[in-house]
Amino acid sequence: MSPHTQPRQRGMIGGTAATALAVERLGKIYGPGGPEAVEGTGPEFARSVSPSTGAVIGCWDVSFAVAPGEALGIIGESGSGKSTVMRCIAGDQSASAGSVNLAGVDRPGGTPADLLQLAPSDRRALRIDRLSVVYQDPAEGLDLRVSAGGNIAEPLTAAGWRHFGRIRQRAADLLSRTEVPLDRMDDPVLTYSGGMRQRVQLAKALANDPQVVLLDEPTTGLDASVAAGVLDLIRDLLEETGIAAVVVSHDFSVIEMLTRRCLVMHHGRVVEEGLTDQLLEDPQHPYSQRLVGAARG
Amino acid sequence: MTTIEDLLQQPATVEERKTPILDESSKREIRRACLTAVAVPGYQVPFGSREMPVARGWGSGGLQITLAVVGRDDVVKVYDQGEDGGVNAANLRRLIRSAEPVTTTTDPREADVIQTRHRVPEDVLVDGQILVLQVPVPEPLRGVERDMTELRRMHAEADYAKMWVSLYEDIVRNGIITQTTGYPCLVGGRYVIATTPIPRWDVPPLHQARFLSLFGAGREKRIYAIPPHTDVEPLTFEDVPFQVEEVVEPCRCGLIQPDEEPGAYLVELPGQTGETVWACSDTDWCARRRLEAGLLGEDAIDALEVDL
Ligand SMILES: Nc1ncnc2c1ncn2[C@@H]1O[C@H](COP(=O)(O)OP(=O)(O)O)[C@@H](O)[C@H]1O
Ligand SMILES: [Mg+2]
Repeated sequence: MSPHTQPRQRGMIGGTAATALAVERLGKIYGPGGPEAVEGTGPEFARSVSPSTGAVIGCWDVSFAVAPGEALGIIGESGSGKSTVMRCIAGDQSASAGSVNLAGVDRPGGTPADLLQLAPSDRRALRIDRLSVVYQDPAEGLDLRVSAGGNIAEPLTAAGWRHFGRIRQRAADLLSRTEVPLDRMDDPVLTYSGGMRQRVQLAKALANDPQVVLLDEPTTGLDASVAAGVLDLIRDLLEETGIAAVVVSHDFSVIEMLTRRCLVMHHGRVVEEGLTDQLLEDPQHPYSQRLVGAARG
Repeated sequence: MTTIEDLLQQPATVEERKTPILDESSKREIRRACLTAVAVPGYQVPFGSREMPVARGWGSGGLQITLAVVGRDDVVKVYDQGEDGGVNAANLRRLIRSAEPVTTTTDPREADVIQTRHRVPEDVLVDGQILVLQVPVPEPLRGVERDMTELRRMHAEADYAKMWVSLYEDIVRNGIITQTTGYPCLVGGRYVIATTPIPRWDVPPLHQARFLSLFGAGREKRIYAIPPHTDVEPLTFEDVPFQVEEVVEPCRCGLIQPDEEPGAYLVELPGQTGETVWACSDTDWCARRRLEAGLLGEDAIDALEVDL
C-alpha cells in the first residue's frame, strides 16, 4: 500500500479544527510476546516488565490527538515510555499495536492512512517534509561532522532542491531564525556548544515546513540558562509557524512553558490528561500528584 | 563484433592451443551478471569474482568481463592510464590473448572490446563496441556512508541526499566540487554510480553513448553497466555547472592548444631538464594525430609499435 499524499491542509476545515496528528492505542513491546504479555504491567502493578514473558512494555494503550497549531505535552519520569511513543510515531521504531494518522496522508480513496502500516520507504518520505523530530541527543538528529548549513541541506536536497545558492540562502534564513550566528554556519556541528546544536536541530526540523514536529527532551542536558534561551526560541517558533508539536519532557517547567494540554505517563500508560495549568494546579492521579509535588518541592 | 545479443548466445568453442583462464560456466555466470547490469543501468550487480592471474585491484574485475564477453576473432585493446605500452596493460593483453581466440590492437576504432583502467578513448566509440572499465571502488556512496545495509537502502530508495550534502560541503569548503576522478553520475535517472577511475574529461562521452560500458570491480565483486543511449548526468547543482579539466598549456607537440578544438585530456610529465611538460594521456590517439601532422617523435613511434 502506498499512501496518497495530498496537498497539506492547515488550520480549520469546515469550521472545526482538523487533527494534525492522531495516535490510537499505540503500544510497543520490547521483547517476546504479544498483547498477552501486557497483563500484569502498568501503574497499578508498578512495573513495566511482563511477568509472563519478561518483555518490557515500552508503552501501551496510548491515545491522543493534536490539532494544527497545538503543542501537546507528555510528561513522566525517566523510563515511563515517552521516547518510545515518539519513536513509534516517527518511525524510528516499529510499534506493536495501535495506529497513527497524519493529516493529508491518505490511502487511495481518501481514508486516512495508518502510518504504522506504511512501507518503511513511505514512512521515511514523510520525515522529509511532513514530520520532523528534534532529539535530546543532537548526534541522533544531526551529522556532527557536517556543517550546520550542510545538515540543513540534507532535508532540502531530499525534497528535491538542486540550486546551491537557494539551498544556502534557505539554510541561512533558518539558522538566523533559530539564532545561530551565520558566521558559524560553515563550521562542523562538532565544534558547536550543546545549546547551539539544539538550535541547528530546530532549524533542520523546520527546513521543509513540516506539519508536525516531535520534540523529545529538547533542552534536557543543557545548562539552565542555555536551556531557558532554547525554550524561549521553541515557544516563539511554535507560535510563529503554527506547526503542531508534541513536546516530551520529564520537567514540568518545560511542559508548562510550551504546552496548553498534556498527558502524564507512568509505566508505559497514560495516567492522566488535561490542561497543563489545571493539571499543575490540581493533579488527580496519585502519580501526577507526586510528580507535581516533587516539581514544586 | 560482440553485441548485447551475442552475450545471450553460446560462447565460441575454445581452440585447443589456448589456455583458458575462465571455464565456460564461469564465463556464463559473468555474462549473466553483465546482462543484469545492462537491464538495470547503474545498479551494482554482485558476482562470484574468480581468482585471476593478476592481483585483485589490478584489473581482475575488468579482465573477467573481457574474458567472458569476447567472441572468436574479436579484436581487443587493453590500455592503462591512456597508454598501451604500460606494464600492466601489456600483461593483461598477453593473458587475454593466450586465453581466448582474439587478436589485439592499439587502435580503439578497430577494437570490439576495449579494456581500460583510467581513460575512455579520445576517439568516438560507436555501436557494437564494448568499453570494459577496471574499477577499484564501485560504491559511489562509500565516502558518505559505511554501513552496507544502509547503503543498499539508499540505492534502493534512490535516497541520495547524503551525496548531495557532501557536494554542498565540498563547495562550501573549497569553493568548487573537488572530485576529480570517479565523479558521481546519475545513470538513466535512477542509480548513482562511481565513474572510477576516469577523469571528468571522460564523463561526457558516457552520456547517450553509442557503445556499451561495463564496469568490473574484482575485489568488491560488483559489475555495473551503462547501456548504449543512456543518460549519464554528473551530479551537480543547477547553479554550479559540471566542468571538465581544462587545457591550461599547449601539449608538448603543440597539437593541443588551450581553448581550441579538439581538446584532449593532458597529463603532466617531467621534461628532460626537470621542467613540466604536458602530453596527451591517450598515447595511441596522440601518435596517430602526430603521424598525420608529420610530427612523429620517438615516443609516438613507440606508441604505434607497442608489442602486440
Ligand atoms: N530499544 C529498547 N529495547 C528494550 N527496552 C527499551 C528500549 N528502549 C526503551 N526501553 C525500555 O522501555 C521503557 C520506556 O523507555 P523510554 O521510552 O525511553 O522512556 P522515557 O523516554 O520516558 O525515559 C524503559 O523501561 C526502557 O528501559
Ligand atoms: Mg526519553
